[in-house]
Amino acid sequence: MGIKKFAVAAYDDEAVLFPAVKKVRRNGYKIHDVYTPFAVHGLDEAMGLKESDLHIAGFIYGLCGTSTAVGFISWIFTSDWPINYGGKPHFALPAWIPITFELTVLFAAVGMTLTFCYLNQIMPGVKKHVFHPRQSDDLFVMAIEINAHTPEAEVTAFLRETGAKEVNVQVAESGWWYGRWDKKEPYELLATV
Amino acid sequence: MHIKYESFVREPLVDGNKTYHQVSEDIIRPIEGKPGRMWYVGFFFSIILLCFGIFSVSWAVYWGLGTWGVNRTVGWGWDITNFVWWIGIGHAGTLISAILLLFRQGWRTGVNRAAEAMTIFAVMCAGQFPIWHMGRVWDGFWVLPLPNSRGPLWPNFDSPLLWDVFAISTYFTVSLLFWYSGLLPDFALIRDRAKTKLRKMLYGIASFGWTGHAKSWQRMEMLALVLAGLSTPLVLSVHTIVSFDFATSVIPGWHTTIFPPYFVAGAVFSGFAMVNTLLVLTRKILHLEEYITIGHLEAMNKIIVLTGSIVGVAYLTELFISWYSQSWGEMAAFQWRIMGPYWWSYWAMMTCNVVSPQLFWFKKLRRNVPFTFVMSIVVNIGMWFERFVIIVTSTYRDWVPGSWAYYSPTWPEVGFYLGTFGLFFTCYFLFAKYFPVIAVAEIKFILKTSGDNYKRGHEKIDAMTPEELTHAIHESHEDAHDAVLAH
Repeated sequence: MGIKKFAVAAYDDEAVLFPAVKKVRRNGYKIHDVYTPFAVHGLDEAMGLKESDLHIAGFIYGLCGTSTAVGFISWIFTSDWPINYGGKPHFALPAWIPITFELTVLFAAVGMTLTFCYLNQIMPGVKKHVFHPRQSDDLFVMAIEINAHTPEAEVTAFLRETGAKEVNVQVAESGWWYGRWDKKEPYELLATV
Repeated sequence: MHIKYESFVREPLVDGNKTYHQVSEDIIRPIEGKPGRMWYVGFFFSIILLCFGIFSVSWAVYWGLGTWGVNRTVGWGWDITNFVWWIGIGHAGTLISAILLLFRQGWRTGVNRAAEAMTIFAVMCAGQFPIWHMGRVWDGFWVLPLPNSRGPLWPNFDSPLLWDVFAISTYFTVSLLFWYSGLLPDFALIRDRAKTKLRKMLYGIASFGWTGHAKSWQRMEMLALVLAGLSTPLVLSVHTIVSFDFATSVIPGWHTTIFPPYFVAGAVFSGFAMVNTLLVLTRKILHLEEYITIGHLEAMNKIIVLTGSIVGVAYLTELFISWYSQSWGEMAAFQWRIMGPYWWSYWAMMTCNVVSPQLFWFKKLRRNVPFTFVMSIVVNIGMWFERFVIIVTSTYRDWVPGSWAYYSPTWPEVGFYLGTFGLFFTCYFLFAKYFPVIAVAEIKFILKTSGDNYKRGHEKIDAMTPEELTHAIHESHEDAHDAVLAH
C-alpha cells in the first residue's frame, strides 16, 4: 500500500481491452488492476487471476451453522431441559431439520458476505482512489505501477499504442482509508498538480 | 474475447439504441432529479396509511386483542391471513433473483432489483402480523433461544411456529444481503457521477468504497452464484414451513400433505402478480419501457398462468381427497367451504385464482399492459381470499357445535392491514426515488448479447451454418487462451 505513481489507460470497449491486457502482459508489464463498470467474463483469466475460493469459505460457514443448530438443540432437549411433548422422543432429529437447514443457510450467507467485504476491503466509510470517474459508467480502466523497471515515458507510450482512449499518469494511494467521498484528501490535491 | 451472440428467436431484452453510458443515464437520472407530482401524492397517501396502521396497532396493544374480531374458534382471523398473504408475495423476488439465475434466464436482469426490493418490503410487512398477534408484545423476545432466568426455559424447537421464526428471519436476512451486494456497483456509479456534495457523501458510504477492480467482480459473481444456490432451497423452505403451521395440526381442512407444494405455487403466483402491479406502474412513471419490456411482462404472465393452474389442481385435489378419505370431518369442512355461510370467499378464490388467469393462454392478452395490470390485482385479491378460506372456513365450525360462530374483522384489524400497505408503499416509493430500480451493471453485462441495437448487428452470425459457428467460437476461444499463455 502507500502512495504510488501509476500509468492509467482508459478503454471504451471490451473488444479493445482484451487484446490490450494480452499485449501488456506479453511485454512483461505488471498490471496493478483493471477497473470495469460490470463483470467482464474472461477478464480474470486474461489477467492471470486465480479462481476465487469464496465458495469454500461458504461451505465451511454452512457446516458451522449445521453443527450449531444440531448441537444446541440436542443439548437443550436431551440434557439441559428435556420436555415431554406428548410422549415424543427427546432426540427428535427429523423435527429439527427445518431449523438446522435455516441456520446452515444463514451462517453460510452471512459469513460469505462478510468474507466478501473483508477480501475486497469494502465497508461503509471506506474510501479508495478512483482512477477515472467513468470507470463505473462506460470505461474500462487499466492501471500500471510506475517504478524503476517500468519508466513513465515508456509505459505511457506503450499504452497509447494499445488503443486506449485516454492515457495519463496519476499519483495515488493504492490501498484504502477511512474518509468522506465529498472531500479531497491532501495527497489527492497534490496528484492533480 | 468471446463471441457475443444470442439467437434471433429470443426477443431483445433492452430496446432502443443503447450504449453503456446511455444505460447509466436512463436509470440513474430519475434519482438525480426532483420527483414528479405523482410521487409526492403517492408518498403522502402511503404515509397516511402507515400512520393509521400504527394507530390501529397501538389501539390493539393498549386495549388488548379483545379489540379484534377473533374469537374462540377463529383464533387467527385477518391477522394470520394477512401474514401468509404478504409472505407469499415476498417469494417472487428471491425466485427471480435466485432460481432464474440458476436457470440462466436473461430476462430476470431487467426486473430482479425491483422484485427483490418488493420481497424485502413484503417480508417486513408479513413479520408485523405474528409479532403484534402475540398480544403481550413486550414478551416477544421469548421466541428467541436466549439464556434467561426462567430455568433457562427454551422455546420448543419441535414446533412449526418456531420453525417459522427461524425461516422468516433467515429469509429476510439472506434476501437483504443478496439485494444489497448487487446494489454496491450501482451505488458506486451514482457516487462517481454525483454533482452535489451530499449525494457524493451518502452514496459514498452506501457503496462501501466499491471501485470495481477485476478481482472484486470475480468474487461478486461467486457470491451471487452461491447465494442463489442457497436461496433456491431457502425460498421453497419458507412457504413450506408456513404451510406446516397448518398442515401439522389435526384440524380438518388443514391436515393435508399437499400443503407445502400448494403453498409454494400460490406464493410464486401472488408474488409475480405483485411484481407485475409494481412494474407496470414503475416502468411508466420512470420511463423505463425500454428496459422492462412487454417481453418481460409476458414472461411473468406465463409464470402466473403456470402457477395459477398448479394452484387450481391443488384445490381440486383437496376436494377429491376429502371425499376419497370418507372422513366426515373432512367432508363437512369442504362442504361448508363451498356452500356454508362463507361461500362467497370460496367462490371469489376460485374465480380469481383458477378461472381468470386462464385468459393468459392468449398471447394477445399476455402482452396487453392494461390487462396485465388488472389481472395482477385480481390474482392478489384471489390469493388473499385463498388464505382467508383456509384460515377462517376451516375453524369457524369446530368439533363442538355450541361454539360455532361467524367471524368478521373489527376496525383495528382492518386498520392494521391497511397500515402494512402504508409501510410497503412508503418503502417502495423511497426505493424508487433513491435506489436504481434496475440493476445497471447487470443490464450492461447483457447489453451486447440482448440489446436491440447490438442484436441487429448479428445477422452475419445468425446466417452461419452450425459448422461455421462452431469454427468461429473455437477461434475466439483460442484468442482467450493465447492471452493466458502469453505470460
